[in-house]
Amino acid sequence: MDSEDEMNYDEEEEDSQEEDSNDEDFVDIAMEPEPSTASDSRETEDFQYEVLTADKIVHVMVECIKEVNAVVQIPATITRILLNHFRWDKEKLMERYYDGDQDSLFSEAHVVSPYRKDPRQKRSTRGSTSASTSESMCEICCLVIPHTDMAGLECGHKFCFQCWTDYLTSKIINEGMGQTISCAAYGCDILVDDVTVMDLIKDAKVRLKYQHLITNSFVECNRLLRWCPAPDCGHVIKVKHYDVKPVRCTCGHTFCFACGENWHDPVKCIWLKRWIKKCDDDSETSNWIAANTKECPKCHVIIEKDGGCNHMVCKNQNCKADFCWVCLGPWEPHGSSWYNCNKFDEDEAKKARDSQEKSRCQLQRYLFYCNRYMNHMQSLKFENKLYQAVKLKMEEMQQHSMSWIEVQFLKVAVDVLCSCRQTLMYTYVFAFYLSKNNQSIIFEDNQKDLEHATEQLSEYLERDITSELLVDIKQKVQDKYRYCESRRKVLLDHVHEGYERDTWDYQDGL
Amino acid sequence: MAGGLPRRIIKETQRLMQEPVPGINAIPDEQNARYFHVVVAGPEGSPYENGVFKLELFLPEEYPMSAPKVRFMTKIYHPNIDKVGRICLDILKDKWSPALQIRTVLLSIQALLSAPNPDDPLANDVAEQWKTNEAKAIDTARQWTRMYADSN
Repeated sequence: MDSEDEMNYDEEEEDSQEEDSNDEDFVDIAMEPEPSTASDSRETEDFQYEVLTADKIVHVMVECIKEVNAVVQIPATITRILLNHFRWDKEKLMERYYDGDQDSLFSEAHVVSPYRKDPRQKRSTRGSTSASTSESMCEICCLVIPHTDMAGLECGHKFCFQCWTDYLTSKIINEGMGQTISCAAYGCDILVDDVTVMDLIKDAKVRLKYQHLITNSFVECNRLLRWCPAPDCGHVIKVKHYDVKPVRCTCGHTFCFACGENWHDPVKCIWLKRWIKKCDDDSETSNWIAANTKECPKCHVIIEKDGGCNHMVCKNQNCKADFCWVCLGPWEPHGSSWYNCNKFDEDEAKKARDSQEKSRCQLQRYLFYCNRYMNHMQSLKFENKLYQAVKLKMEEMQQHSMSWIEVQFLKVAVDVLCSCRQTLMYTYVFAFYLSKNNQSIIFEDNQKDLEHATEQLSEYLERDITSELLVDIKQKVQDKYRYCESRRKVLLDHVHEGYERDTWDYQDGL
Repeated sequence: MAGGLPRRIIKETQRLMQEPVPGINAIPDEQNARYFHVVVAGPEGSPYENGVFKLELFLPEEYPMSAPKVRFMTKIYHPNIDKVGRICLDILKDKWSPALQIRTVLLSIQALLSAPNPDDPLANDVAEQWKTNEAKAIDTARQWTRMYADSN
């Protein structure tokens, strides 16, 4: 099975080595000194993927084109344009190719039919070309150029190399066009193929952008491919089968293959998406309004109380209703012997307060989870500073009798700390959407354990690391991170088990 | 382009001066060779007949890779030209090709005066009038031409 070898990429090997090393006293030598998420290998070990560079994506795309070409047998550049036209659906292309009118298919996709006889001769009278000389004027720059320095597509419109290069560069860089660049001649909608572009463009930056643009639709239409979402990273992750799994790009960014967000176990993609939307949009503003304001009982304008007096006069000039802030009833009886605001009217009060109580409660619930989520996110950012502190400490330890291998436990500890923080962060999103049941109580216990242990580990690494007794520190830190890691696993396994057995109940309408 | 004017612009300018397009007059500014003072005569048979319309045309740095910028200076009642003189014309936008020239752009603008296109409007109120009561719209266009584009 050579396909297996092909997919066995470095990343997994590295991770599994880390995993093994955790069971031994000394950390494996092969471990990379760069930050990496510790031992997510369990989750990734049966998940095979590759990281593709820009050149490789083009290669994969070419393979796909070749496959189609083996059947339809037309120039590859045309096949690519056709495939793009059909959003990379091979079957659809084949169907149209053999069922329908091929000429209309080609014109629909803006290519010259490869079966058309000698199109160049047919069109060569166009433009300012005179066939008898070996030079002609380029219509764009108005310079007289030898024919050998001019180029054109199947449509026959020729321009000089320099103008073509300027034209293509302008389309690619300024307008972000790739697939849809047409011939430079006015009114000609014949598309420029990738081979022509790559022949004419020499600037590496422009070439890379073009590759990205033409492969973009190929990647986005393909379920097994996803762009690395890290800024300025042009790599693509290619998986063997689609699944919700973490993948790590060679740029170092780890993300969920299914949704492209940071790896968010144990919460599911759809919940995370809703959570992010909730955090981003203003839905909480309306909750705040509901919790801290009341509506005028007459005109329903929203009112925030800004003084102590409960006699409210609506400032809406068309309303000017007098009412009591406490009971929302008309003010009139309050000033007279009919005052009964102190008496609890079961029905009235219930109706008025219930809705307000509900949104106040919802807001508090959201803030509870949001605070904890944000807090772990913030801590996670600080841990990057910790990596540097730890690096210094490791150097210092090496000057005191410890070998390079012996001090690696510190870096592993920070790795574990980071993955625990990340997991904890997403447990709060999970919990936000969760309804209380027996399983959720177990989950909260697991969460408590992990959080407690993680905070201890964090404290060891930030403070106790300065202690003089190196052997002591090592023992403490190692014990703690192993415990954290095991608790993290327990928590995740429990959540996954719940997914499988369908034991989680979710809150409605959040 | 600190190194001077590209040959393309020099050639175009020369040709515009030597073989002017009938009804169109484009003269480069004395200070700035990329800025043209343009005068377009209202086409015969159109409501703009006998009118003289001033336009400005500017060739941006990227010209001819990007389109010239053209604007009517004279007020005109036309569904594809708005209050400040901006023109809705495909070749000035996505249909621009570096093989087009100042000459072809101005010819297209002249043609737009002969054939207003209220289905792709820039000035919505004018387009609306053009569609609901064409006779009245044409009348207004004539009136505006007399008022703002009088050759004297």
